[in-house]
Amino acid sequence: MKNKFDALSNYNESKKAIGYVSRKEATQETYNNLGFMSGLEVHQQLLTGKKLFCNCPAGIYQKAEQYDAEVIRHMRPTLSELGEYDGTALMEFKTKKEIVYRVKNETTCTYEVDDTPPFHINMEALNISIEISLLSKLNIVGEVHVTRKQYLDGSIPTGFQRTAIIGVEGEIDLKNKKVRLIQLSVEEDSCREVSDIGHRRIYRTDRLGMPLIETVTYPDMVNPDEVKEACDYIRFLNRSTGKVRTGIGAGREDVNVSCKGGRRVEIKGVAHTKWIPELTHNECFRQWALLRVKKLLNEKIKDANKWHVASKEIDLHFFGFPCDYVKNASEQSYKIHAVNLPEFKGILSHFTQPGKMFANEISDRLKVIACIEKPNMTHSEEFESCIAKDDLDKIKTLLKSEDNDAQIIFWGPESDIKTALETIEERCKMAMEGIPNETRKSFIDGTTIFERVLPGADRMYPDTDTAPIPLEDSHINKLRENLPNDVIERYNQLKKWDVPVDTYTYIFKKNLYPLIEKINTELKISPKISGTFFGHNFKYIEGHYQKGREFNENLIYELFKFLKNNNLDLQLAKNMLPVIYEHPKMDFDSVLTTINFKKIKKEDIVSKIPFLKNKFSEIRISPKEEVATHWIMGELRPTALGNISFTELRKTVEAN
Amino acid sequence: MSEDIFQGYKGQALEVLKKFNVRVWGQAEIETTRGKFKGTVLPRSENDDDKHIVLKIITGYNIGIDIDTVKGMKETGYKKANYKIPEKEFPYTEGLPKVKLFGTGGTIASRLDYRTGAVIPAFSPGELYGAVPELADICNLDTEKLFAVFSENMGPEQYKKLAIAIGKEIEKGIDGIIIGHGTDTLHHTAAALTFMVQNSPVPIVLVGSQRSSDRPSSDAALNLMHAATAAGHGDIAEVMVCMFGPTSDEYGLLHRGTRVRKMHSSYRSTFRTIGDTPLATVTRKGVKSIKPIYNHRRKDNNVKILPFFEEKVAMIYYYTNMQPDMIDSLIDAGYKGIIIIGTGLGHVNKPLYPAIVRAKEKGVAVFMTVQTLWGYVHMFVYDTGRDLMSKGVVPLANMLPEVAYIKLGWALGQTSDIEEVKKMMLTPINDEITEREPYNGYLVYQGGVPEIEEFIRKVHK
Repeated sequence: MKNKFDALSNYNESKKAIGYVSRKEATQETYNNLGFMSGLEVHQQLLTGKKLFCNCPAGIYQKAEQYDAEVIRHMRPTLSELGEYDGTALMEFKTKKEIVYRVKNETTCTYEVDDTPPFHINMEALNISIEISLLSKLNIVGEVHVTRKQYLDGSIPTGFQRTAIIGVEGEIDLKNKKVRLIQLSVEEDSCREVSDIGHRRIYRTDRLGMPLIETVTYPDMVNPDEVKEACDYIRFLNRSTGKVRTGIGAGREDVNVSCKGGRRVEIKGVAHTKWIPELTHNECFRQWALLRVKKLLNEKIKDANKWHVASKEIDLHFFGFPCDYVKNASEQSYKIHAVNLPEFKGILSHFTQPGKMFANEISDRLKVIACIEKPNMTHSEEFESCIAKDDLDKIKTLLKSEDNDAQIIFWGPESDIKTALETIEERCKMAMEGIPNETRKSFIDGTTIFERVLPGADRMYPDTDTAPIPLEDSHINKLRENLPNDVIERYNQLKKWDVPVDTYTYIFKKNLYPLIEKINTELKISPKISGTFFGHNFKYIEGHYQKGREFNENLIYELFKFLKNNNLDLQLAKNMLPVIYEHPKMDFDSVLTTINFKKIKKEDIVSKIPFLKNKFSEIRISPKEEVATHWIMGELRPTALGNISFTELRKTVEAN
Repeated sequence: MSEDIFQGYKGQALEVLKKFNVRVWGQAEIETTRGKFKGTVLPRSENDDDKHIVLKIITGYNIGIDIDTVKGMKETGYKKANYKIPEKEFPYTEGLPKVKLFGTGGTIASRLDYRTGAVIPAFSPGELYGAVPELADICNLDTEKLFAVFSENMGPEQYKKLAIAIGKEIEKGIDGIIIGHGTDTLHHTAAALTFMVQNSPVPIVLVGSQRSSDRPSSDAALNLMHAATAAGHGDIAEVMVCMFGPTSDEYGLLHRGTRVRKMHSSYRSTFRTIGDTPLATVTRKGVKSIKPIYNHRRKDNNVKILPFFEEKVAMIYYYTNMQPDMIDSLIDAGYKGIIIIGTGLGHVNKPLYPAIVRAKEKGVAVFMTVQTLWGYVHMFVYDTGRDLMSKGVVPLANMLPEVAYIKLGWALGQTSDIEEVKKMMLTPINDEITEREPYNGYLVYQGGVPEIEEFIRKVHK
């Protein structure tokens, strides 16, 4: 007896079965039950003039179409020391990608495209890395050894990244706990991807080779917010040196997540820490869901080794009313295949992430491994099937499907079909084992897609092109002398100064603490005032005005100094800031003219109070004193601004 | 063996290891003034200092520990790593050509020991198949390791052995020969084999790589595939060098063994034909000839092997203010032949004249080539040239200096009759001297020129 199968209710039931809750509803208990575990790899570009292993300028970027020449490479897997190919290596090789590098003379020399061996390591970068390692309480190595870390995705033309450990075993202080650090390394940044379509991936080489550090934590974080807190802390620590790059792409993190019984999955290249909580929350639940999928499959399939897909090629004429996807595929003379997945009914539509089901895991791999662009498949458990029921029945008959089976219909160029079929079978078999070790790409909505197989530990080997660099105690001690204080100390100090808590993130993000300290010690302006000014007023201006090219935060120090020296009220800073922000070269007097400020003596302003009091009694709308004060203040404010503090003025009005 | 326990360590570092009883490959916990470190003690490179101990930490990275900071060390385990390249039997496919690969050493035939960074030179057919399985689709490959030397250590002895080994293979009816070779002196060997192996009925392809095969972006695999295609399927039965055309993974070039030179210290596309066009391009699909005239593949096995070489031959690169003792010392040391690499059209300064005259009197053969690499020696244009010729210096037309050196050694290896040597030098065997230099034989483009920039944006260099 055939039951009618409803994919949507299966999806919802499976979501309920694994106990999925949104992040808002989740508590520490939720995460404890899941066995949430997460660690970070925080990448930060260093502010140096040149790249790490050559003399090309760092920090100059090119547009995708701006290039002088192209270089083409193919990456081949190399044997590991155990004589085996690494998992990622094999996958990347299967994909048979042609890698195109777009080279601009200004930013790239023959080193980046691997036609010249490395030059001596950039000492400026090495020293910054040591400083940050010291701040991270890491044990500094006695000798820096450059190591090659294989990457076969083409993001580095050599096929490996040159990277070196500076320190191991450190820790950072979060508000309520310590997080242990595994290591900090300095390494070369990779290429920026231009496009990845079919079998051709295009990169530009401007960012390639720029110095980058990677801080790796132990998986000490037990909930999504803690991961974000740790990440912010590391980023703020890096920024506290003032020697790191800021802006888009200058800091990126890879987030490792697993659940109880799960496997380490790496979410790569998260550009904003604010995305971390949602991403880690969902990833933990995705693994939880896949564990249920495993359990369901293991109950149904006794011997995974004997489990195989069956497939048949079909053509367009097979379908009564083909959907647009299938029609398009057929028009591109793609081959269309129907695949039967024994015992997979209810699995394809099993919940994995919000808005995603198990079938997406297969489709993602078809794109990445078989290089078939999406949409690349449809299946028997779509919420709204694009295949007519009659057609699906015909396919089932053709494949000799049983009632508990599921079906996939996919399409692609003939040369990719074999890999595609292998990929489908491989992913399904992995589901019987649990969670594949993957790196995943993140999206703003908090979901992720498959990116690559997580590389094994066997991809590290010594760089024979560089000599080890000894780090003497005297050198390290010299660097230690100029270190800023700890972020956690600064945090506590801001609290002590009574700076509003909502400004801290901004202050650390922009590394404004040293400036606040300077304004305090040199101008005797309280950190509460300057901190609030930065965290509220300046932040607002930054988001709403166009920044002039020469503007930098030091101008705010100059502004405060100007007001102080001219006996002007600090309130004026707020009004002057937008002008200064947009026209940083304008002198402050002209700025005052621009905002129509006139210098008036305090007494002159105060002398108007009795007159205004009389006036108010004529128009009095309320007998209350404060209404009078409010009205008078309103009348005086434009002229008072900068000449007398509003607090003082109010007191005078009230006293009169 | 005691030295094995402390592989590569010496001096103070060795003392520290001994003091704390920690061996290479031992898992160690090290207490230092900079904190605690844990990892496996690795062998130390012989040339590095004796102040540090190398550790592989758990994350796979290597670090060095300063021995002056060490407070204590403890060996907690021991695990020696043995790096072995896996062998897979090279499959035999009916109908594919038989190709023999001779290994001489160099980058193409080496792998990296991942733990120590040491280079292991090895390349059996099985290992090759494991690394480049595509070769089995091109030919039936057999290999023989003749020597394992770096390119710079190749010399007359190796040239002769190689020529004889090639001769034997041809007599046995091989369809093509590949020689794996370091790139630095690849063109020397190519010239030597051109002279020592004449009238070959099959292609003899020299191949190297500019990036070792343990690197994912190595050119070794593609070069080997190209060489196998040229050797097994190509129609050009000459001694050739097969290396990247552009630096991109696109196609290889087949260069005539007498006209090729390494022109960049590190580029993949380092080999260029000088003063002519290359013989052909090669991809995995086949060989596409550029030059219309070449020696075609034949069915016979009538090869002529001439394994001769006089080692007392020198090459001197002229520089301004060169003193005559440079040449005198060669004469006194018993040299029988000298190739001068002169300036411009083939010149040296006057102070050298007496030494040159002396060379002639002592029966030393002196020949002239040019530093410009491109172009002919023209000794009639200036008096200097005419003077030199009258003193017995023989101009070698557009023969490349290294080729002239090899040829002179080969000629003197067969006769000491100066006139005979002169005749041999001036009678080209395979285009070491060409009658004409084609217009497209000299192409060294200069970047920055708008039309060149436009060109390199479109065409891969």
